[in-house]
Amino acid sequence: MMPVLNFGIHHQVFIPAVPPDWPGGFWWHWLFFTVVIIAFVLTMVMGAIYIERRGMGRMQSRLGPNRTGPFGLLQPVADAIKVLLKENIVPVKADKLVHWLAPVVAFAPALMIFAVIPFQDGALLADLNIGILYIVAISSVSTVGIFMAGWASSNKYSLLGAMRNVAAIVSYEMPLVLAIVGVVLIAGSLSLNRIVIAQDIPFILLQPLGFFLFFAAGCAEINRSPFDLMEADSEIVAGFHTEYSGMKFAMFYLVEYAEAIAIAAIITTLFLGGWRGPLLPPWLWFVTKVMAVFFTMVWTRTTLPRIRIDQLMALAWKFLLPLAVINLIITAIQVLASWPDTLPWALVMIIVNFTILAVLVLLWSKFFFRLGWGRIEV
Amino acid sequence: MKFERYGIGIVKGLMVTIMHLLRHPTVSQYPEQRLNTSRRIRGNEFIWDQVKCTGCGTCTKACPQGAIEIVTSTSQEENKYTVDKYQIDTGYCIQCGLCVEACPYEALYLGYAYECAKYQRGELVQTKEMMLESPLRKASGYFSPKRAAKLPKQTLLLERITEKK
Amino acid sequence: MALKTEPFVLNMGPVHPSTHGVFRMRTTLDGEVVVDIEPIFGYLHRGVEKLAEQRTYTGIIPLTDRLDYISSMNNNLAYCLAVEKLAGIKVPERAEYLRVIMAELQRIAAFLIAVGAFLNDCGAFFTPFMYMFREREKIVDLLEMVSGQRLTYNYIRVGGVSQDIPEEFLPALRTFVAQMPGFIDEYDRLLMQNEILLARAKGVGILTREQAINCAASGPVLRASGVKWDIRQADPYSIYDRFEFDIPTGTVGDCYDRYRVRVAEMRQSLRIIQQAMTQLPPGPVKAAVPHLIRPPVGEAYAHLEAPKGELGFYLVSDNSIAPYRCHIRPPSLINLTALRDMVRGWKVADLIVIFGSIDITVGEIDR
Repeated sequence: MMPVLNFGIHHQVFIPAVPPDWPGGFWWHWLFFTVVIIAFVLTMVMGAIYIERRGMGRMQSRLGPNRTGPFGLLQPVADAIKVLLKENIVPVKADKLVHWLAPVVAFAPALMIFAVIPFQDGALLADLNIGILYIVAISSVSTVGIFMAGWASSNKYSLLGAMRNVAAIVSYEMPLVLAIVGVVLIAGSLSLNRIVIAQDIPFILLQPLGFFLFFAAGCAEINRSPFDLMEADSEIVAGFHTEYSGMKFAMFYLVEYAEAIAIAAIITTLFLGGWRGPLLPPWLWFVTKVMAVFFTMVWTRTTLPRIRIDQLMALAWKFLLPLAVINLIITAIQVLASWPDTLPWALVMIIVNFTILAVLVLLWSKFFFRLGWGRIEV
Repeated sequence: MKFERYGIGIVKGLMVTIMHLLRHPTVSQYPEQRLNTSRRIRGNEFIWDQVKCTGCGTCTKACPQGAIEIVTSTSQEENKYTVDKYQIDTGYCIQCGLCVEACPYEALYLGYAYECAKYQRGELVQTKEMMLESPLRKASGYFSPKRAAKLPKQTLLLERITEKK
Repeated sequence: MALKTEPFVLNMGPVHPSTHGVFRMRTTLDGEVVVDIEPIFGYLHRGVEKLAEQRTYTGIIPLTDRLDYISSMNNNLAYCLAVEKLAGIKVPERAEYLRVIMAELQRIAAFLIAVGAFLNDCGAFFTPFMYMFREREKIVDLLEMVSGQRLTYNYIRVGGVSQDIPEEFLPALRTFVAQMPGFIDEYDRLLMQNEILLARAKGVGILTREQAINCAASGPVLRASGVKWDIRQADPYSIYDRFEFDIPTGTVGDCYDRYRVRVAEMRQSLRIIQQAMTQLPPGPVKAAVPHLIRPPVGEAYAHLEAPKGELGFYLVSDNSIAPYRCHIRPPSLINLTALRDMVRGWKVADLIVIFGSIDITVGEIDR
C-alpha cells in the first residue's frame, strides 16, 4: 500500500479557535486547557525529574532515590517541599527588582509553549495557524530571563555563565529554525495540529538530518549535556543561578525541566507523529513518546562530556548551520519534484535522506574536525 | 591508535551506558543489608583482658597519639602490678593498631564493631570495666589469627556481583 | 578596530566543586581567556614534618598514611625504605613480594581515582567516576582483608610488613586480575575515543619535554611529555628489577596523553602483580626489628615511584628513638609548578581540565 503524502499548496482554510462542538464555548475551553496544561507541565516535570534521577542512577551502576515513597516516586515532591522551606537569600549588592523578576521571565515562556502542542486531534489551547512560528518566537524570551539572573547576581561566576548562555542560544537558533522549516515544507502548514495529521509516515524517517539537527540544537537551547556549560558544576559553581536559593531556585530548576519537556514535546509533534498510534488512547501515546525522547536526553547526559564555549560556537556555525541549509535545499527539491506514482516514493526518499545524512556527517568530520585549537597568545 | 572521528566514539560510549541498565547495581542498602567487614577490621572499640595484662605500659609507649593512660600500684601478695586505671580515649585514637602489635602478652585487641558513634565527646573514653570482652563486644582478628578464624568471612564485591567480562 | 578589554581577577576559592581538595587559585581572566594564575595553598597544613620529630620511627607510619591519602601504601613504603636505608635493615623475601603486590594494587586504585576525577572535570557527569569507583571498591576490599582498614592502611612496617596475608587473599586477587583488563577495555570504549573528549583534551595544556625536565616534573606528567623515566626501572628499589614491565610514554604532553599514560600504566601494574603472585615465596614477613628503633647517626634519602610522581623521604637521625628531621618531597607540589606555563592562553574550562590532568592531592602539597 502506498502512503499518500500531500505535497500541494494548501488553500487557505479558516481554522476556528474552538471546535464547534465544545460545550460552553470559548471561555470554558480556555479554562479547561489552561488548567490541563499547568497540571500536565507540573506532573511531567516531576516525572522527568524522577526518570532522570533513577535512569541516570541505573546507568551509573547505582540506584537512584528509592527511600521517599515506594520506588522513590515521591522524591520530586520531597524536593519541592525542601526548596519551598529554604531561606530566600538575596546578595547585598544585587539589583533587587531584576533579581526577583528573572525567574518569572525565564519560566513564563516554558509554559506558554504548551499552548499550541496538540494532545489529541484538535485538543489544544489555541490552534494557531502559525503554531511553530509562535513557539520559536516565545522560546527566545527565556534567554532574557537568564541574562537578567546572571547580571543581577553581582557575581563574576554568574555573569560568565549568563554570557556564555546568551552566546550559545543566539547561535543555535539558526539551525533550530532551519530544521523546523524542513518539516514545514513537507507538511505544508505551520500549525502543529496539521503537521501531526500529515504524518502518515513519521517525519523522523523522512527527515533524519533534520531530526539530528533539531535534537542537537534543542539540547543546546535548554542547556543540557553535552552543552551544559552554562551551569557546569565543575567550572563555575552553578552558573547563572549560583546566587539563587529557595523558591526562585526552584523556578530555575523547573525552567530547566519544563523546557526539556517542551523540546521533547516539540520533537514528538514534529518528527515522531505526535499523538498518532494504533491501540492506546492518543494522549497516552503522546506522553509515552515525550518520555522516550526525554530518556534519550538523559542517556546522552550520562555519557557525554561537556564541550567548551568556543567549540560550542564553532559547532553551531560551522557544522550545524551549513548542514541545516543543505537539508533545506534538499527537502525543497524533493518537495517540488513530483515523482511518478509507480515508484514507492516514500521508501526511496527515506533511503536517500539517510544516505545524505551519513555522507554529510562523514564529510564534515573528515575535513572540518580540528583538535587542539583555541589557545590565544597572552 | 586510530581515532574514531565520525561519531562512532560517541555511539560506542552510549552503548556502554545503556548496557548498564541491565546490570545489577553495585549498591547495598545500608541499614537493612549490612556487609561483613574484614576479619581484621581496626574498629573503634577496644577489648582488654584483665587477667593477661601486667601493666607494663608497652602499648602506651607505642601509641603515636598518646591516647592510652595506665595507672598501676604494686601488690605485695601477688608480686605483680595491679592495674588501677586503664583508659583509652578513642577520640584521640587513630585506629592504627600499633598498641595491639606492641603488647607482649596479647592482652589488648581492637573491636570488631564499627557503629560506635556517641553523642558526647566524654563518652568516647573507654575505661577498663567497659573494655572487658563480652558476646556483645567481640574482638577483631587484627594481629591475632586465632580470633580471625572464628569471625565471619568478609563480603567481597568480587564475589557478590560476578560479572562476565 | 580592537576592543579594549580589561582583565579581572576571579578567585576560584578553596571550596570549589572541582579543585581536588582545598586549593585556591587566583586567576586573572580576560573575558574567558586565562592570562595569569596564582596558586595559593596551605589550607590543609597539619605540620606532619614537625609531628614526625615527636613520634617514634614506627609511630610515624600512620602519619605517612595521611599524606597522599589516596595511595597510602606507597607512602608507607617510601618511608620504610628511608628508615631501612638509614638503619641498614634487610627485609625478608616474602615481605618484599608482598610490598610490591600492595604497592601495585594501590597504584591501580589511585589511577582509577585520578582518571575518574579527570573525566569528571571534563564534564562526563560522574558516570566514569562511578564505574571506576566500582573497580576501586574491589581493590579496597582486598586491601581491607589484609590490613583491616580501607583508606589508611598502616600495613608496611620497617623491616617488612605487619602481618601475613590471609589464605583467601590470593584466590580473590587472581579473580580480580583476571577481570580487570575487561573493565579497562570498557572504560576505553566508554570515553577514550569519544570525539568530545578528544576535542576537549587533545592538544590542550601542552607541556613540552624541555619544560617538563626543567621543572622537575615526575610521574605520569613527565612520561606523557615523552621522557621515558620511571624510578622503578631507572633506580630500582625493593625487588623491581626482577619484574618485566613496559613504561608507557606519550608523545605530545597534552591532557589526553596524560590520561592515556595513566590507563596504560594500570595494565602494566596488573602485569607486575601477576608476576609477583607466581613468584611469591614462603617465609617470614618481618625482620627482627626492635619496637623502638635507634638508627645510627646519619641521613638517608629514599624515593619511589608513587602514582603522582617521585615521592621522597629525607631522614636525619641523631641516634634517638625519633628522627631529628623528616622532610618529604611531595610530587604533587613539584608537578604543580608547571601549571602556570601550561594554562596561560587557554580558557577557564581548559584550566579545570588541565588542572585535573596533573592530578594533585592537597594532603601531599600541604603536608
